[in-house]
Amino acid sequence: MKTTKRKATGASRPARQQPARAYDGPPDYRVVGKHGVFPEVTHDEAARFNFLAHMNRHLATNVMPGVKEAFDKRAEPAFKAANKRGFANRHEVRKALVQDPMFQWWSALRRATMEQRQQAGRWVTLRQADRLNARVAKLAAAKQLQLDPTLALPRSVSGVDHHCMPGSYHTELTDGDATGAANYDVGLFATTGGMLGALNDGGGQAVVKWVKENLKGFRPRRILDLGCGLGHNVVPIAQAFPDAEVVAIDVGAPMLRYGAARARSLGVKNITFVQADVARLKQFADESFDWIQSTMFLHETSYRSMQEIFAETQRLLKPGGIVLHVEQPQYDAAMPLFEQAMRDWDAFYNNEPFWTKMHEIDLDAWMGKAGFARETLIHGGVAAVVDPKVFPEAAKDTKQEDYGRKAAWHVVGARKPGSARAERAAAE
Amino acid sequence: MSTDSKIDPLALAGAKSKGKRPWFLKDQDTERLMTIVMSLAQEVSVLRERLDTVERLLERGGKFSRADIEAFNPTKAEAAERGAWTQEYLARILRVLQQDREAIVAREQSNEDLADELATN
Repeated sequence: MKTTKRKATGASRPARQQPARAYDGPPDYRVVGKHGVFPEVTHDEAARFNFLAHMNRHLATNVMPGVKEAFDKRAEPAFKAANKRGFANRHEVRKALVQDPMFQWWSALRRATMEQRQQAGRWVTLRQADRLNARVAKLAAAKQLQLDPTLALPRSVSGVDHHCMPGSYHTELTDGDATGAANYDVGLFATTGGMLGALNDGGGQAVVKWVKENLKGFRPRRILDLGCGLGHNVVPIAQAFPDAEVVAIDVGAPMLRYGAARARSLGVKNITFVQADVARLKQFADESFDWIQSTMFLHETSYRSMQEIFAETQRLLKPGGIVLHVEQPQYDAAMPLFEQAMRDWDAFYNNEPFWTKMHEIDLDAWMGKAGFARETLIHGGVAAVVDPKVFPEAAKDTKQEDYGRKAAWHVVGARKPGSARAERAAAE
Repeated sequence: MSTDSKIDPLALAGAKSKGKRPWFLKDQDTERLMTIVMSLAQEVSVLRERLDTVERLLERGGKFSRADIEAFNPTKAEAAERGAWTQEYLARILRVLQQDREAIVAREQSNEDLADELATN
């Protein structure tokens, strides 16, 4: 039978579906990376991270609000009816929430998503482990990397694998291993829904912006970064102050190796990555740093370690020097108990146990005990700095409140009283 | 890939993290099943993205290889179309949670009760 070719008309051939609404969501995974030791990511591996970024955003935007609705309509009234009183603290709130199906399903999905993220990232990095480790070894210049294989791990790191990351920051699967750090790097996009920018450095860039705006004239010559991880937050600092000598400390050798190689590939040569316990920094002289920084780190330490860190900071700072700790906000009396309980989620269900204890203390008082007078304390707020043409901006994001995972943080710090000249410079 | 690696990626990728795992649903087996379903949901999304890539490469014309699929980099507009599909997909498969939320706020009576109400004179 002879067929006649039918002319395609608008009516017989449906046009490609037009978007039903303006797109507001994570960018494609392929905007991430762009440094010399970033693992090779296949099409399907990128697609896996795309799904996970969307899943986290869906949970934050569309499911988590249901937890508040369930709390208001079910959990809180049931608690009040049974106990003839309201909630006394955030732990009572959380124990009431865990009985509610909306909290249960949101939590089960959020935990599963984190485990899927770890599997996805580990598959990417471990399947190319040898090549990746060889690239890291080639790029990490010896003088930029000081490892100490005898270092004893603090209990805060050995006790649990943070954010369900098997092997945490420190485990070496083979000699010269850096895969744990590469896994952290490839998957951060998925956990934050792309909120930290192409190099996952939106936090470090935010710190730089805050310092430039609030501490005008500050010209640090030596900078110490505590708990640097793979250096994603310290690299922007080193780039902003290229004449400064930067020392970045962590306990995890894989993080430090990867960090040194990553920094080198980005053309940053003024950072030395040093394996040490931040609470014991005897190798550095008294008053030898102008700026001591920690970014989203204190919540992975311990009360004892924090006190030692604050004391060491007081010892290591030069007169006129500053210390800044960037963290999620503390649980003060003004913060509703529901919000405190939700912020505790990552502590109990995403392997960040110290998070809950760290956030309940009076940081100002603890700084005071370490010798930082109240009038020298510094307080501020920062939000991730990203390329707004490509990435969603946490500062403008009013649609979702992801509690402890929001890319916006508090700054708590102090300026050590200095010489009269330094005081005048600070006042200007 | 070297074959003498000490690292078995398949065995290690899915390793358990140190620390007692919390379970949330009333029945652990239901939660196990949910995690399997969500992993499958992820793979469906991966397949859909790959198919989308193939379609777009076809539209660009000419022959293309698997290497072109691996190297594909969507434009911002293309990425927005793909992202919008993923949002639509998640809204569809997690629909029951949307309805649970609406039910919390609505506080409706059952059809049995409504039937009785409609049968009163």
